Amino acid sequence: MRRTTFAITTALAFWLAAPDAATAQEPKRGGILNFAVSAEPPNYDCHANTSFAFVHPVRPSYNTLLRFVPDNYPEIEGDLAESWDISDDGLTYTFQLRQGVKFHDGSDFTSRDVKASYDRIRDPADGVRSIRQAAYADIESIETPDDHTVVVKLSAPNAAMLSQFASPWDCIYSAAKLDEDPRWPEQNVMGTGPFTFVEHSAGSHWIGERFEDYWDEGKPYLDGFRATFIRGAPMVNALAAGEVLVEFRGQSPADRDRLVSQLGDKAVVQESPWTCVLIVALNTEKPPFDDARVRRALSLAIDRYTGAEALSRIALVREVGGLLRPGYELAASQEEMESWPGFSRDIEASREEARRLLAEAGQENLSFTFTNRNVPMPYTPVGVFLIDQWRQIGVTAEHEQLETRLYQSKLRGDELEAGLDFHCDYMDEPNLQLIKYISSDKSSINYSGYDNPRVDELYEAQARELDMEARKGYIREIEKIAMEDAYNIPTIWWHRIIVHHDTLKNWHITPSHYLNQDLSEVWLDQ
Amino acid sequence: MFAYTIKRILLMIPTLLGVAILVFFMLRVMPGDDVVDLMLRAEGANVPQHVIDAERARLGLDQPIVIQFFSWFGGILQGDLGLSMWTGRPVAYEIGQRLELSLQVALMATILAVLIALPLGTLSAIFKNTWIDHAIRIFSIAGLAVPSFWLGMIIILLLLTNFGWIPPLNFVSFFEDPWHNLSQLIWPALAVGYRYSAVATRMTRSSILEVMQEDYIRTARAKGVFERLVVARHGMRNALLPVVTVIGLEFAFLIGGLVVTEQVFALNGIGRLFVQAVTRGDYTMIQALVLLVAVTFILVNFLIDMLYAVLDPRIRYS
Repeated sequence: MRRTTFAITTALAFWLAAPDAATAQEPKRGGILNFAVSAEPPNYDCHANTSFAFVHPVRPSYNTLLRFVPDNYPEIEGDLAESWDISDDGLTYTFQLRQGVKFHDGSDFTSRDVKASYDRIRDPADGVRSIRQAAYADIESIETPDDHTVVVKLSAPNAAMLSQFASPWDCIYSAAKLDEDPRWPEQNVMGTGPFTFVEHSAGSHWIGERFEDYWDEGKPYLDGFRATFIRGAPMVNALAAGEVLVEFRGQSPADRDRLVSQLGDKAVVQESPWTCVLIVALNTEKPPFDDARVRRALSLAIDRYTGAEALSRIALVREVGGLLRPGYELAASQEEMESWPGFSRDIEASREEARRLLAEAGQENLSFTFTNRNVPMPYTPVGVFLIDQWRQIGVTAEHEQLETRLYQSKLRGDELEAGLDFHCDYMDEPNLQLIKYISSDKSSINYSGYDNPRVDELYEAQARELDMEARKGYIREIEKIAMEDAYNIPTIWWHRIIVHHDTLKNWHITPSHYLNQDLSEVWLDQ
Repeated sequence: MFAYTIKRILLMIPTLLGVAILVFFMLRVMPGDDVVDLMLRAEGANVPQHVIDAERARLGLDQPIVIQFFSWFGGILQGDLGLSMWTGRPVAYEIGQRLELSLQVALMATILAVLIALPLGTLSAIFKNTWIDHAIRIFSIAGLAVPSFWLGMIIILLLLTNFGWIPPLNFVSFFEDPWHNLSQLIWPALAVGYRYSAVATRMTRSSILEVMQEDYIRTARAKGVFERLVVARHGMRNALLPVVTVIGLEFAFLIGGLVVTEQVFALNGIGRLFVQAVTRGDYTMIQALVLLVAVTFILVNFLIDMLYAVLDPRIRYS
């Protein structure tokens, strides 16, 4: 145990020193990066996918208009756009595109490709799946005055729009290919990205190789990459044996400790808060959870601070936060959080209040079925923790762990009583995170059945507000309502842990496992 | 013999039809489908209901269930297993990518099992109640008691801790690179083959012991035939009937049944595909895989029946 602790400390210390060391070292060219992906992309269409299993192997073949700076999240920089300008009213975005960019088939990249790609997202042709269509509903028109200029006009200001243009899901496709068949990207991979697609062996692996005509001269450094689809213990074994150098989603604390112990000074550990949270969804359309007092009592019973500390040793959760990720500039401060029901440091007082509320609602012996996903990390430990917390105010919850498909079906159905829901986003952005809390008739992922026009108004107002302080005000009000009505109760935020071999250089962890995956900056010290 | 063969072939048709109907309608009873899973599984994007409905319509899931069945079954009759609802690629392609590996592991495990079981089972029977018999019985009972996946985990951990090495992760055909291929598949074949051999050893032993009590064995001995010949020519041949059945059924099971072992060794086989298809709600894939397993079992049973007829002439004429 002491040896493991020492090893982790050593590895963490190495990581803290790593950015400097990496910048000091001259990047080496060559080598194949072998990495693991613990799931597999169902198809190849960026606009139709939702999983990291897609981003990790596919994203290296594409560029987006903008991107998050790899070593400085959440700063944004141009990817295919060289520069951009936003009008004072926030309604017009003008992008100047890079010149000399080529697609993997040798054709030239122009503004027509950007327009075709975003038109496909916001107004998909029949049969095309566009998962994020709603996020671009404010786009009124996309104009291309010349081959290297794109003008996007909005119907109303949108505080999230600039960062949305850095979405890893908004791959820029060839307009010519989309003209041939709007569904072409579903089964084909061809972008302007640093790596060309070589092979996808279903269930086994994915291979990409360096695109020699990549616009960013000298990059990528790698000759190629090989993503192996492998999960669970075999993945950790493969990491330990050096068959793969990294898995980019995240490891559990136990796997981190095991890998550090086995790899010794070859292990580099990078950790970060994660833009993912587990939420207790309560069905507000059925008794007893149609009573806000009962719902609030369940939130009050949770000792988040002690739970976070204890759970962080065994599960990939660590941070206590509200509707937005703690640490994000628009998130509530610690002081503001502690004023919400269930976030006080005085857990005894909170639980006393919870018991009082239950008695007032006539639910002293409340019992219900708590639906959870049968995925061990982090659903099971957090589910067990919550049930124990509720037991301490006299509430009995039966833990029902279902296979993912049945779990999703139960969450979305009328039979739900209470369930452990989750929410992950590619960036910190209230427009994304707060969708979980707006009225259920406007949000397909609010499973509580809760409707509140005031929350919807506030959501709309914050989305349109370009002044940061004013936006914070709207968000605080939404949080207050959400915490008091407790229809979707945030529990503990995830904590991302990546253990990789020290030969992998210049890859930087971010709070999202969807970001920083084009591999253009990564190199191997071998 | 010809009539016997034709009769066996004709019997396959209603069996397969029954399997097809059962699997199709049983799957539709389960709640949820892959559309919701595909769109909401990970990130939880706010996908409008009309997008989900459109996708369901694209996959034909909005059609009445009977229409869905005839559409699928019509394709099957024409040799078209359909498209995977998860990947959109042909089901036949997805299965084809994994079949070679599963077949090879099954074949290697079977060869190992036969090579171990027949001599050990025979020795155990011949030297009944001696230390040889006891040792072989302990070996085979241990094989039955130890789950293959556990043995697999131990093998992997031993390789990792002692040599810092694990079997290669990617499958390469035996005909492309035999060394790479064997260094990946020999370990799961050993893990599975041990349990398999234990079953066959026990069956061989009891079958030979039973046969050796028969009148014709006593007659052969009375005629002065060497004991070795009695066992090999008269005992073994007749004792093989139940052993062949067990070996055949185990082989058929291995084609789709190595679910956990494939997971332990990170093998991209049919068992893993089966689990993925079920968790994803990929109806067309599950239906095709169940049919594949059914066809395998039926074919193996057919071959066993044919082998029976070869081993025992009485069956041919009955």
